[in-house]
Amino acid sequence: MKKISSLLGPLLGSVPAFSQEVEMADTLRSEGKIYVVVVIVLMILAGLIAYLVIIDRKATRLENKLKENKLP
Amino acid sequence: MRKSWWKILSILLLFYTVWGGFLMEVPRLPIVNETIRALYFHVPMWFGMVIIFLVCTVSSILYLRKPSRDLDVLAVEFANTGFVFGLLGIGTGMMWANYTWGSPWHGDPKQNGAAIALLVYLAYFVLRGSLQNDEQRARLSAVYNIFAFTSMISLIFIIPRLTSSMHPGSGGNPGFNMYDLDNNMRKVFYPAVAGWILLGVWIASIRVRLRKVEETILDLEYEKNK
Repeated sequence: MKKISSLLGPLLGSVPAFSQEVEMADTLRSEGKIYVVVVIVLMILAGLIAYLVIIDRKATRLENKLKENKLP
Repeated sequence: MRKSWWKILSILLLFYTVWGGFLMEVPRLPIVNETIRALYFHVPMWFGMVIIFLVCTVSSILYLRKPSRDLDVLAVEFANTGFVFGLLGIGTGMMWANYTWGSPWHGDPKQNGAAIALLVYLAYFVLRGSLQNDEQRARLSAVYNIFAFTSMISLIFIIPRLTSSMHPGSGGNPGFNMYDLDNNMRKVFYPAVAGWILLGVWIASIRVRLRKVEETILDLEYEKNK
């Protein structure tokens, strides 16, 4: 942590002495809105994973079909 | 779906990454502020890409020792997936750079190196597309793959470290522990890397299976039409 501060601090020209001086999304958090962001991203992730599962199943189905047709 | 423990692990790790990534504590640093959380998404794209390209290269080397169609399919589909991860890595990096470094493309050595590495892999696909004979295509692209992987490693990890780059870890700590991670961030970062790598392998494995099915169907049609 010290290395990043010493690398980036001089670039800005001012290094905060106390961590409270660095702006973070504290207001967003205190209002609980961060949970909205989390839920949105989780929904996107869940959708993509569901899609992956669907095409995984499709691949299995096709493989089984081929196996059946090859046997006779 | 072929149930595998690692697929389920991947899902759990990724959900944890998103949850922890937004809600757990991060150090309060100037310039990056909250965007330091992008570390859990941008960096794993690159680690994922390297591991996927590594599998790709190993298949190519194995192919050259003992040619088999399966190894060629493995190589090309892992290359496809790795390339997508690389594109996402560059895209997310540009987004992050825009708001922290001031512009999406800073001419930073790592950014340039990554772009060149992706172009090198793009040429791999062009090479494959230009060859008709299956065996020749597999052989030549396997050889090219080895070159592509080694240049990617030097372009992304070696050269930027030798010059002054704005990416953390360059011109400074040469160890593998290149990011100044505080312990809180490690709790999310390591699982994130593992989760994204597993996801990449999952996607690539489905591609491999679909490609094999496709080739079997083509073979059967060829037999029928003989």
